[in-house]
Amino acid sequence: MTDAWTVLTIVGLALVTVITRSFFFMSSKPWTLPPWAQRGLHYAPIAALAAVIIPEIVMTQGQLIDTWRDARLFAALAGVAWFVWRRGVLGTIIAGMAVYLPLHIGLGW
Amino acid sequence: MTAPLFRHPEFRQGMRDMASAAAGTAAWGLMTGVAMVKSGMSLFEAVLMGVIVFAGSSQLAAVPLILGGAPMWVILATAACVNLRFVVFSAHLRPYLMHQPLWRRLASGYFTADLSYVMFTNRHPHPVPPADTEGLRAQEAYLAGNCALTWLSWVVPSLLGIALANAIPLSWGLGFAGILALLGVMCSLASSRLRVVSAGVAGAAAVAAFALPLKLNILVAIAAAVAVCLMLEKPAAPPAPLPTTKGAA
Repeated sequence: MTDAWTVLTIVGLALVTVITRSFFFMSSKPWTLPPWAQRGLHYAPIAALAAVIIPEIVMTQGQLIDTWRDARLFAALAGVAWFVWRRGVLGTIIAGMAVYLPLHIGLGW
Repeated sequence: MTAPLFRHPEFRQGMRDMASAAAGTAAWGLMTGVAMVKSGMSLFEAVLMGVIVFAGSSQLAAVPLILGGAPMWVILATAACVNLRFVVFSAHLRPYLMHQPLWRRLASGYFTADLSYVMFTNRHPHPVPPADTEGLRAQEAYLAGNCALTWLSWVVPSLLGIALANAIPLSWGLGFAGILALLGVMCSLASSRLRVVSAGVAGAAAVAAFALPLKLNILVAIAAAVAVCLMLEKPAAPPAPLPTTKGAA
């Protein structure tokens, strides 16, 4: 079932990973970002994380959820609560999943 | 002759920082492996993709297109759009990497996924000057250690997911552990009021712009958050004396 076209496409996808992640440092021509942009980029890491995470917690099928009976909400709350209490990302994951799995698999939320 | 990068203490520091989030990366990799096989890719294709593409969201976007027989340029353009946030990250990382030869920069780019970018720029808020070889070495070692553990905790579980695809139901939602890992790292970054504002604006904008195709909502959200934070910042000291005085603003 594997054909050369698909293999070539997958290799192309790996190249897309390289090119997008290296985009602004592939060329060695000297240039620097204007100072406001350099300052602005300091806010980008947390913004990127929030932009990926929040829709995954509060949306289903492209719609904002309209029920509180969603395992993800409680899992995220538990995760944040753990982080505030103890710090530590591993604890956040474990506390969150300890709430998520029973609600999701047990109650179907 | 310098010692190999993996002997540097910062290499271990990079691994330690990533270790706390690796369980989430692993759960997400596992479920991506399962999803690739369940959607009908052959074993070889799934393994190849799981080992070389190293970008979860673009893999998940590309798989249905590949199986649906879409033209190759459509698939690659889709993956590039889904990856646009990395283009923003590359602008941020540029001053950290320009002292390296091209092939090293490309390798650094390839291996620097979301969390490595976030942790690296958090550990090293400012690039060291090119003359400081010790400092450069420490930054390189940190990034290498961080990325090495990310690679392992992504690729090994991906392969496991491919092997066990029929034993692990997608409906369990184990992949949510990946979101929780990002959530924990996000909390650890929320060290100033403006950073909290940045997260809030980006989260709201990503939801509001969700209808945009190709995950462009993420790019819109980053742009909105950065713009709002720049406006709220205390004005920085003027870069140079102004030629004329225009009165107090």
